[in-house]
Amino acid sequence: MPERVAICAVAQTRYSPDRGDVSEGELAYEAIRQVLEETGLKLSEIESAVTCSQDFWDGRTISNMNIQPFVGAHLGHEDKVAEDGLSAVYCGMAHVLSGHHEIVLVVAHMKESQAEKSLIENCAFDPIFMRQLGLDFLGAAALQARRYMHQYGITAEQCARVVVKNRGNARHNPFAQEPLELTVEDVLASRMLAPPIRQLDTKPVSDGACALILAPKKRAAKLTRKPVWMLGASNCYEAHYLGDRDLAECRALTQAAKKAYRMAGIRHPFRDIDVAEISEEFSYQELLWLEGLGFCERGQGGSLIDSGKTCLGGKLPVNPSGGVLAGNPNQVAGMARVAEAVLQLRGEAGDRQVEGARVALAHGVTGICGQHQAVMILGKD
Amino acid sequence: MPNRVAIVGIGQTRHRSTRRDVTLPEMINEAVREALADADLTIRDIEAVFTSSMETFEGIYLPDHGAAAEIGAFMKPGFKVCTGGTSGASVVVEGFCMVAAGLYDTALVIGFEKQDCGETTAAITAATTPVWGKGAVTGAIGEFAKQALSYMETSGAKEEHAARVRLKADRGACRNEYAHLKLGLQTIEEVLKSDYLVWPLRFLDFCPQSSGACALVFATENRARKIHRKPVWIADVEVVHQEPFRAGTFGDPTGKEAYSQHVACERLYKRNGITHPRRDIDMAEVYEPSNWEEMSLYEHLHFCGKNEGWKLVEKGITEMDGEFPVNPSGGVIATNPIGATPTIRVAEAALQIRGDAGEHQVAKDVKSALATALGGPNWTVLTLLKRTL
Repeated sequence: MPERVAICAVAQTRYSPDRGDVSEGELAYEAIRQVLEETGLKLSEIESAVTCSQDFWDGRTISNMNIQPFVGAHLGHEDKVAEDGLSAVYCGMAHVLSGHHEIVLVVAHMKESQAEKSLIENCAFDPIFMRQLGLDFLGAAALQARRYMHQYGITAEQCARVVVKNRGNARHNPFAQEPLELTVEDVLASRMLAPPIRQLDTKPVSDGACALILAPKKRAAKLTRKPVWMLGASNCYEAHYLGDRDLAECRALTQAAKKAYRMAGIRHPFRDIDVAEISEEFSYQELLWLEGLGFCERGQGGSLIDSGKTCLGGKLPVNPSGGVLAGNPNQVAGMARVAEAVLQLRGEAGDRQVEGARVALAHGVTGICGQHQAVMILGKD
Repeated sequence: MPNRVAIVGIGQTRHRSTRRDVTLPEMINEAVREALADADLTIRDIEAVFTSSMETFEGIYLPDHGAAAEIGAFMKPGFKVCTGGTSGASVVVEGFCMVAAGLYDTALVIGFEKQDCGETTAAITAATTPVWGKGAVTGAIGEFAKQALSYMETSGAKEEHAARVRLKADRGACRNEYAHLKLGLQTIEEVLKSDYLVWPLRFLDFCPQSSGACALVFATENRARKIHRKPVWIADVEVVHQEPFRAGTFGDPTGKEAYSQHVACERLYKRNGITHPRRDIDMAEVYEPSNWEEMSLYEHLHFCGKNEGWKLVEKGITEMDGEFPVNPSGGVIATNPIGATPTIRVAEAALQIRGDAGEHQVAKDVKSALATALGGPNWTVLTLLKRTL
């Protein structure tokens, strides 16, 4: 990349099932205040803000208007990216690389508790041919899970192992919403939502916010003693109609990863990357996305979780934070992955720290069955 | 040194109030195909696709996903931005940043809105706070009626001046093959006869709800000259937001002038050595939801002194053959597919610089042009375009 972009500070709220006690702006500001304190910046010193929220979820047209006073955009630059939070970080990276802005605040907020998830997600389906089928992202994910499990012989137990790992990891994450000590049997005994997806195969309803400060190399030293560098990033769209895709594959993710790896000089992801934070709203997705990211061969996601290599302490710890399964809101999820990757690289991840992490991968996803995929590679050096 | 970025392809739909003949993705595709044809490129030459719209106006969540194939984003990077009325300019700014950053050599930047499948005024009302705002807001019309009233009271402008702005816009729209409302208005009386929407704003004083899309192809300097023989350069952009409750209304009856335009143009002009905008810039495409707002904008953008906007109208300075043409395309009052509206301003300004605006090409030679956007609680986005950098 032409210029080096540093992440100078990250903050998350504690993820919670219901933050009815605060407005969206107040929620976002809980995270914003921390990154300002950490960097010593004033809101007025923010040169541009990239926010991430959805009008549908906030129930407010121009949802960024809600949080305008809280992001320092008074007489300043703010733009809202209407995809997952990782794409907002990507957009912020471009602000710095373009040379037009130096100090960039990136914020995502979401209060899922005040919205009807299924109803909103149904509105993402083609209004003429598909909406009437009553599909939401859960129903579509069930189709994808079935197709993936059938194609590659992935078992419900292997998916459940992802849940056991991630909910267990969450016990060491002070921001996690629902850390749980589970067994595979517990997951398999939980309520069936849409076969083969059970209650514990997906995440709880979640409210929260995440914020980051980005700056070019020349400014970073004054803002932090521990800059984390953006080494590569990209994203990619898949086809919309489920029938146009083989749901057992994830071409868009592979494409996004390929570009991010090329920028970052990653040749062998499993060897070159020390820790990965993956957006897995459903348990099967961690396995499928790991395949798409090239951490294992196609269809080997199940054996990878069986091998224990993705556990904390394994060769490639995946979601030491507990991931999305332990409770992250939509939109915020991808940005939370970046924040967790930064904590790992700074050696500030507490009991979930991956020893000696130097290169981390963060992954974000938006839309039906992972239609829009985003990948970012971060490094300590 | 950031990359220089040029517009090398321009495409629009023929904007209409209803487009029952096409779906939203099909409608966007019309603009994409035109932009690619203008650039003499195929979709394979495009590296990334950035879009903008207001999804609550169509009632479609993640509309860029549903249209991934038709916008040309299949297996390509990109994202959608959404910032209210300014969306179509925000996407220009973000696409500009992406290309300037060196991340892509070519990108499609698309604004779209299909208002025939939603209820825009209801959605705009949902922009205010649920606790104390919703009962007090009636979409955009009420806000612009307040603006009209406060402008009339403070500047001394008469309804006749507003009517003349409408006639100017209509003359432009009638010459613009893409424009939505082409009314063939001849006299001030015709405008002054139209019914009041909210006093003093008349039916013919306000913009329509349109369905349409506008697509631009951006390229880096080394690619631009090979793609198009007349690249138009994005010289600079400026984004200025202000808080909802500070701005309150566009006309600001509280006595505190709404000032995002002042701040935005002061910064942009200073960076680009513009001391006399009407001399240093050749024309403008401004985001004027109403004719009254256009006169205010002349003042806010420093095209004239305070309370003198209507005098520019009286002297015909902003006419198509005037000294400083504004909105020869017919502007927003003729065509308003919201998510595309600011993108169209940039597209039309670029066409003027290229000399390709056809029947609505202005009389003078246009070497530089300003495109503006207005949205949210009086947010401003400015794009300065030039023939040479």
